[in-house]
Amino acid sequence: MITPAPEKRAGEPARPPAGPQTERWSRPGRRPADGRPSGLRYVRPAAVLAVLAAGLFAAVVLATAVGVVALPYGETARIVFAKLLGLSSGAAPASEAIIWGVRMPRVAAAGLVGLALATSGAAMQALFKNPLASPDLIGVSTGGAVGAVAAIFLGWSLVSPWLMPAAAFAGALAAAALVYALGTRAGRTDIATLLLAGVAVSAFGGALISLLYHFVDDGVLRQIVYWLMGNLGGKRWEHVLAMAPFVGVGAMGLVLFSSELNMLMGGEDDAKAMGVAVERTKRWVLVLVALSTGAAVSVAGIIGFVGLIVPHILRLVIGPDHRWLLPASGLAGAAFLILADLAARTVFSPVELRTGIVTALCGAPFFLHLLMKRRELVRWS
Amino acid sequence: MLTAENIIYRVGDREILRGVSVRIPRGRFVGVVGPNGAGKTTLIRVLSGVARPAAGRVLLEGRPLAGLRARERARMVAYMSQNPSIGFGFTVEDVVAMGRYAHRRPLAPMSGADRAAVARAMAATGVLPLRERLVTELSGGERQRVFLARTLAQEPRLLFLDEPTSDLDVRFQLEILSLVRTLQRRRGLTVVMAIHDLTWAARYCDDILALRDGRVVAYGETGEVLTESLIDDVFGVRSTVVRENGAPVRVDFVGTDAEREMAGKGDSAPEHEPEPGPAPEPGPAPADVTSALRPRPGRPA
Repeated sequence: MITPAPEKRAGEPARPPAGPQTERWSRPGRRPADGRPSGLRYVRPAAVLAVLAAGLFAAVVLATAVGVVALPYGETARIVFAKLLGLSSGAAPASEAIIWGVRMPRVAAAGLVGLALATSGAAMQALFKNPLASPDLIGVSTGGAVGAVAAIFLGWSLVSPWLMPAAAFAGALAAAALVYALGTRAGRTDIATLLLAGVAVSAFGGALISLLYHFVDDGVLRQIVYWLMGNLGGKRWEHVLAMAPFVGVGAMGLVLFSSELNMLMGGEDDAKAMGVAVERTKRWVLVLVALSTGAAVSVAGIIGFVGLIVPHILRLVIGPDHRWLLPASGLAGAAFLILADLAARTVFSPVELRTGIVTALCGAPFFLHLLMKRRELVRWS
Repeated sequence: MLTAENIIYRVGDREILRGVSVRIPRGRFVGVVGPNGAGKTTLIRVLSGVARPAAGRVLLEGRPLAGLRARERARMVAYMSQNPSIGFGFTVEDVVAMGRYAHRRPLAPMSGADRAAVARAMAATGVLPLRERLVTELSGGERQRVFLARTLAQEPRLLFLDEPTSDLDVRFQLEILSLVRTLQRRRGLTVVMAIHDLTWAARYCDDILALRDGRVVAYGETGEVLTESLIDDVFGVRSTVVRENGAPVRVDFVGTDAEREMAGKGDSAPEHEPEPGPAPEPGPAPADVTSALRPRPGRPA
């Protein structure tokens, strides 16, 4: 059914290294110490990036073409392509309205949420040197949810579409700052304490939200619960536009910290000795993660799994260099969530599933399959 | 010249360094010795600017190290931790290139000069043939050389090494130490190295800095400082420092305090002479230690 098409490359036999390596960041692959080739190699990151970009476009076309009114893929692709470039497509206005006015906002929202969660997860895993790290785990998602729920509770969400992401960002940042402060002593951040503090803050935030349930009327309660479950239904362009700047700044900012994240994977002392301003880097990465995760949570609720697993999949395929890993995770996360949302709204139509159910149902087995096949490429300690 | 003034370093309530003051002149190879827990690692971390002391300051050519920006400091001072690691999946060249971070402007790509420095560092440490291999698949000795290359790519004036040979077999120890020694001589580097093995310290270090319980017990030229009484004082171990033309070349161990006590109670331990006396026989220690390196059996040289 729904398979995250781009990552399929991982299963293909890898290409042999092309002669003497001149390209800086290409990976010639893994060889065991005795010199016998093991056959496992990282795939060339530039090629993966190109495939992922194509896959993302295909996912957008697929998701906008499928629906109650089925539209031909060719026409859909033409319309999407023309609209993206600001050209006239020459298609029927009705088709254009369905694709661009009705379906595209939801698809764009899904893409942005996937991009935000996957890049944040990749950055968190490097920052904490921990494969379990994700925005969910250190309390950033829950913090964002508390902010967004507060906005619903106070009625701000009806005032302006900007207030939800802003409140969610504030909540996410507050949670990140709190966790960071709890985990830092005498200027040094202890990662284990930080993670545990994150788990505690997460639980506390979840309890706060549950507490609110007792003080709202049924209408608001339904609104909160529906939103919290992680859903992309009914998203309009204003949601997308409200979220886009947060996600854009967050994700782009993280890419700017690629070198620092690479070096932090080798430990803080060594990174510091090589000239990385370690504490400043950690603060900025947390702010950027809070920015994009907060925005994503404000629009789609808490969608688990994407932020945790997508970076792992990409790391297994192209290796750990964040200069490639972050953009690739972003593209893959976007495509993956678009396809998952497509499945969520079509498989049991007219009943819509929670997007989070689909992400876990499809992603987890695929990830496990990849992990079992390629686990010798992964070593976290 | 690196100067440390009255350094105090605490972890919680425990004082790891209790008022350490040292002056390290340019171009010396200083071995930091002392028992486990004496504060060797902490001293190395503080002197290299990686850790900040609770009190006291470190001056590099008269400028406080703590006042330098991280990049500025990293262009002058390099540090290699005891068990350097890197996440899986980076190639040797990736790792060595990380050493250029402080020389690049933020976000700037590697320049021609950066690439040349990386190539030089890999050539100097003999890891050029490994440059496309993943670091995680290398042997311990190869990996240490890669991380040494990374510090060399920083083109520092001071190099701090925290027991770079601790996990290595004797051949790799010899390789790493003679490599560091050669680089130090050739480039006029100042090297400060925590080192466990006193024989290696005797052979390779210009100066010895002995630590015990967070205090400097002795600091000076190896020939003067490395004596039986110092080793007894710092480690509580009886030893014989074997000298050749006055310079120590080897340290033989006789016994610990506990063994001495047992011997005193009449449980004679004949293999432990009660008095070390003058060195029995210096033995044919080679003048040039690197000549002891022969191609390892079963391995291509």
